[in-house]
Amino acid sequence: MTIKRRTFLGAGIALPGLAAFGGRALAQQNNQPPAIQFDMGGKFDRSFNQAAYDGAERFQRESSIRYLEFEVTNPTQREQGLRNLARRNPSVVVGVGFANRSPLEVVSREFPQIKFTLIDDVLDAANVQSVVFREHEGSFLVGMIAAMASRTAKVGFIGGMDIPLIRKFARGYSEGAKHVNANIEVFENMTGTTPSAWNDPSRGGELARSQIARGADVIYAAAGGTGIGVYQACREAGKYAIGVDSNQNHLHPGTMLTSMIKRVDVAVYDAMTSARAGTWRNGTRVLGLRENGVGWALDEHNRSLITADMERRVNEARDAIIAGRITVTDVTAR
Amino acid sequence: MTGNDRPDSRRGAPPEPAALELIGIEKWFGPVHANSGVSLRVARGSIHGVIGENGAGKSTLMSIVYGYHRPDAGEVRIAGRAVAIGRPADAIAAGIGMVHQHFMLVDTFTVLENIVLGAEGGALLRGGLAQARAELSRLAREYQLDVDPDALVGELPVGLQQRVEILKALYRGAQILILDEPTAVLTPQEADHLFRILRLWRDQGRTVILITHKLREVMAITDRVTVMRRGEVVDTVDTASTSREQLAEMMVGRRVILRVQKAPAKPGKDVLRVEHLDVVDGRGVRRVKDASFAVRAGEIVGIAGVSGNGQSELLAAIAGLLQPSAGRIVYHDRDLADASDGEPARRARRMKLAHVPEDRHRMGMVVSFSAYDSAILGYQDDAELNRGVILSRGAAIDRCARLMDAYDVRPGRPLLKSANFSGGNQQKIVLGRELDRDPDLLLVGQPTRGVDIGAIEFIHRRLIEMRDRGKAILLVSVELDEILALADRILVMFDGAIVGEIDAAAADERELGLMMAGAREAA
Amino acid sequence: MTAGPTEAPRWVGLVLLPVVNLVAAFALAGLVALALNESPIQLMHVLFFGAFGTLESVGFTLYYTTSFIFAGLAVAVAFHCGLFNIGGEGQAYIGGLGVGLVCLAFDTLPFIVVLPLALLAAMGFGAAWAYVPGWLQAKRGSHVVITTIMFNFIAAALMTYLLVDVLIKPGQSSPETREFAQGVWLPLAHDWLTAIGIPMPRSPLNLSFVFALAAAALVWVFIWHTRWGYELRAVGLNEEAAVYAGISPSRQIIVAMAISGGLAGLVGINEILGVHHRLLLGFPAGYGFIGIAVALMGRNHPVGVCLAALLFGALFQGGSEISFEMRNLNREMVVVIEGLVILFCGALENLFRPRLEALFRRRRAAAAA
Repeated sequence: MTIKRRTFLGAGIALPGLAAFGGRALAQQNNQPPAIQFDMGGKFDRSFNQAAYDGAERFQRESSIRYLEFEVTNPTQREQGLRNLARRNPSVVVGVGFANRSPLEVVSREFPQIKFTLIDDVLDAANVQSVVFREHEGSFLVGMIAAMASRTAKVGFIGGMDIPLIRKFARGYSEGAKHVNANIEVFENMTGTTPSAWNDPSRGGELARSQIARGADVIYAAAGGTGIGVYQACREAGKYAIGVDSNQNHLHPGTMLTSMIKRVDVAVYDAMTSARAGTWRNGTRVLGLRENGVGWALDEHNRSLITADMERRVNEARDAIIAGRITVTDVTAR
Repeated sequence: MTGNDRPDSRRGAPPEPAALELIGIEKWFGPVHANSGVSLRVARGSIHGVIGENGAGKSTLMSIVYGYHRPDAGEVRIAGRAVAIGRPADAIAAGIGMVHQHFMLVDTFTVLENIVLGAEGGALLRGGLAQARAELSRLAREYQLDVDPDALVGELPVGLQQRVEILKALYRGAQILILDEPTAVLTPQEADHLFRILRLWRDQGRTVILITHKLREVMAITDRVTVMRRGEVVDTVDTASTSREQLAEMMVGRRVILRVQKAPAKPGKDVLRVEHLDVVDGRGVRRVKDASFAVRAGEIVGIAGVSGNGQSELLAAIAGLLQPSAGRIVYHDRDLADASDGEPARRARRMKLAHVPEDRHRMGMVVSFSAYDSAILGYQDDAELNRGVILSRGAAIDRCARLMDAYDVRPGRPLLKSANFSGGNQQKIVLGRELDRDPDLLLVGQPTRGVDIGAIEFIHRRLIEMRDRGKAILLVSVELDEILALADRILVMFDGAIVGEIDAAAADERELGLMMAGAREAA
Repeated sequence: MTAGPTEAPRWVGLVLLPVVNLVAAFALAGLVALALNESPIQLMHVLFFGAFGTLESVGFTLYYTTSFIFAGLAVAVAFHCGLFNIGGEGQAYIGGLGVGLVCLAFDTLPFIVVLPLALLAAMGFGAAWAYVPGWLQAKRGSHVVITTIMFNFIAAALMTYLLVDVLIKPGQSSPETREFAQGVWLPLAHDWLTAIGIPMPRSPLNLSFVFALAAAALVWVFIWHTRWGYELRAVGLNEEAAVYAGISPSRQIIVAMAISGGLAGLVGINEILGVHHRLLLGFPAGYGFIGIAVALMGRNHPVGVCLAALLFGALFQGGSEISFEMRNLNREMVVVIEGLVILFCGALENLFRPRLEALFRRRRAAAAA
């Protein structure tokens, strides 16, 4: 499965050059190993952390520099892990997940000469690069696809925990669906209230079946490993499912309608590569449709499910969002 | 080493090997030498008694025979052949059956299922069950052991549960049957029935080993008797050539006075008056039915009855542990049945009402407490024991040491765990604790259950002393001997009701037995 | 008693046996490491050095120990009343909420005012969260094991709601409150030690450690030297005997659960007031559950709980070093070692006991002869 995924990465959407970013360049070649800290889900969560892992692996493959890593098991270890990694004088320390924000604030102050990249939240500091994604934009597009594919005018969303990040996915998806059909019904369920909600496929399956029973025929899961259960339940019921973060179309060709791709792998890879090349910059990178940081996946596994009309309308909406003619609500924006 | 009773085979040529022979059995439990050089020979077709005080090693010895424990040394021979019994299945295969004091039955199984348990026969239960049913009805006919094979064991009275245990042993073809204190749960009539069956077996050539502490039974039914003390065999004698007094002396190691000596009671005014008391238990069963009686200062009122006829609930209600559903319990002009203050037991104790409960393990003490903690149970509020918020360990130990001294508790070590004392010494701790505050009324249930003969004598003397100091005592016991020995007046309970009152001086055991069985009302 | 085998010396059960069990657990863990192409010797070295090798690592070890002591004491107190409180996790979470609310509301006040308030809030909130299952057990017979587990989930749901929708600091993705004013943070050990001339690198060890030791001492006094503790133990060991002694079991059950919850709530002091200085999602991180293992291994005695907490603290801290130093061993390996320790010291406690004791009895007997 990992091997398969890598082939998709190769065919993935390339990010435009990083020169568009402002900020201070620390331009010298750095062959120190980079470091990465995965969050509590673990690097094999088949979703967000694993995408980051894929990016780090790609860097290692291409550069032959072995990266340093740490997986946290409790909140206190985030700070401890970042400090431990920083101490080894790496080219960059990548903190995967918004929960790293507060500990990074402390550790980045302690190690002003070390570069840090924070994924999924923003931290303003001279030695910190923040990478956030406009997940609502990608979710808008897959919401449109869901609405166009639905025959029942009912679609579902299954999130992991009810946190702002996941609400961002849910809202974008719902707006996209309603953009196609103003009267569409969108069911929304969260898996749980503890971190185990990110890795509970059986509960995901149950929620999916209950949404299907209520009439949903397309379900979008933004719930980490829990999604596996959702996709499985959809395949068994002959309904469509939409993957998240990585391209998950290959999991069940025929019922995986598409995937909302969030290029965490590219963000990690870029951070490590640019740090090595000396082109790493601080500041905030916001990766949306325009930057190809989010998107929807179309490949041989779902080609037959997406009609030419659907593809056209989604791409039009994509251009409209980039051009600012359609505004998707970002619930986390204040 | 006791030198007697080496195997006869060494001396001569007996016509028949013993049914069961134990040679030089040794068993240690940690530091405790439970069996020391025990040798024993039980002839085929005999009833053999094994007597001794608690902790003398009788039960350990029989557990070795039945395969629960392996001996550290020594040999077990059955019908002359040495056998290695490593687990109960080996014992059953060798034709040994055992009826335990605490039944080994599954309450939620039927009688039939219990009987085939462990001897199911095949993978499928059905065939075995049908066969067992036929065999069971044959055994029941032959030995007059009627019991409904489809009844749930948990719903049977204890007397019938014991029958199930016996049938279980017979079903497995036991030739040697070991019974551990079998009459503890029976009425005198039921015990007589059991003894008739035991004699029948003996006459059929089976062998019975009877473990008991009741000398009367030993004298009544056994052919030979082995006396044990402190893990060793004191002697094995023909029953016909000994007496109760002699056996008691061998058990205890000194002369014992079996009869309680007491002067006639001089009763005063009523201390406790129970009026139309009804108690309904948690399952809605009416346990005490319209009971009325009084206990006066300076007398012992005994309540006789077969276990489970409402005596326990009556005692518990008076002590404030069970809320009566109707009636009054008047003590010192106050109605104890009124539990509006929420803590009737604590209040009763403050009003100088002491209670020695029937089951010291379940209720009278906390066996995993140190002795000094058990010695203040119920009195933990005493000002004497508390220094501010601190419950003084020193004060508790002092009190315990004083009680141990006064009540001859051995070993006299307050720091020892309560469980490590023998039954008699535990009972002395409980009794001492309850009598120490000089109560006006003592409720006492089964004061000598599982207590050694020596301690029984001591406890009985203390109760009489208390009576003679003008205190009131309400005594519940299933041991008729005890009721007859101690009580001044006897109330008989059957099925929750008080069915008769008899003056102890005029009481006769058969008459009481019939009343206890519900067969006769007192005039 | 005649001459014969005697009891094994006390230290065999108290010291030698746990050590033998630990050695067995680590030996097995070493074999696992060997199977993964890592050196068992290096594993032990990293584990031990990682936990105790530097002042910093000692700080981390003791920081974990602090939370484990609170959680272990919580389980132990309930256990003495015959109750199995599985809800330490939820009670710690809610205790932390109490601390957080106090600090968010009053962190402009001086430390000396906020600290007692925060302590009270931690204990009060935790106690309240355990009171409900205690009440349900006492009055309605609902088993605490079930209800406390359910209350863990309710606590998590409540905290998620509060942190996502109510208490979150605006403008960030992470469901966390704002940072408390620095004035109310608990003093950190490295600040103090450095101030008195012992240079210590930064670690999360804070004043809570002292509170934890004090709590252990107080629990000891309470359980064994007050009549409340006496009555609580009586209920736990023999409820019928307790009723006989005039004690109301339902009252003791409620009191024991409340105290247990209060102790679990103090985990919030260490985590929230001592380390994170903000309320955040999932901060108890399973410590409430580890408290169960700590209490069982510590035989529910405060001294045992402290020692077991230290062992687990060392495993946690040393374990995180393993995943840094040894690439083939990930964090799951640390869980395996923890599991082995629990297995050998808890579940298989009697594996070596009979042989060891028999050995020493024989030696004593031989010496006496």
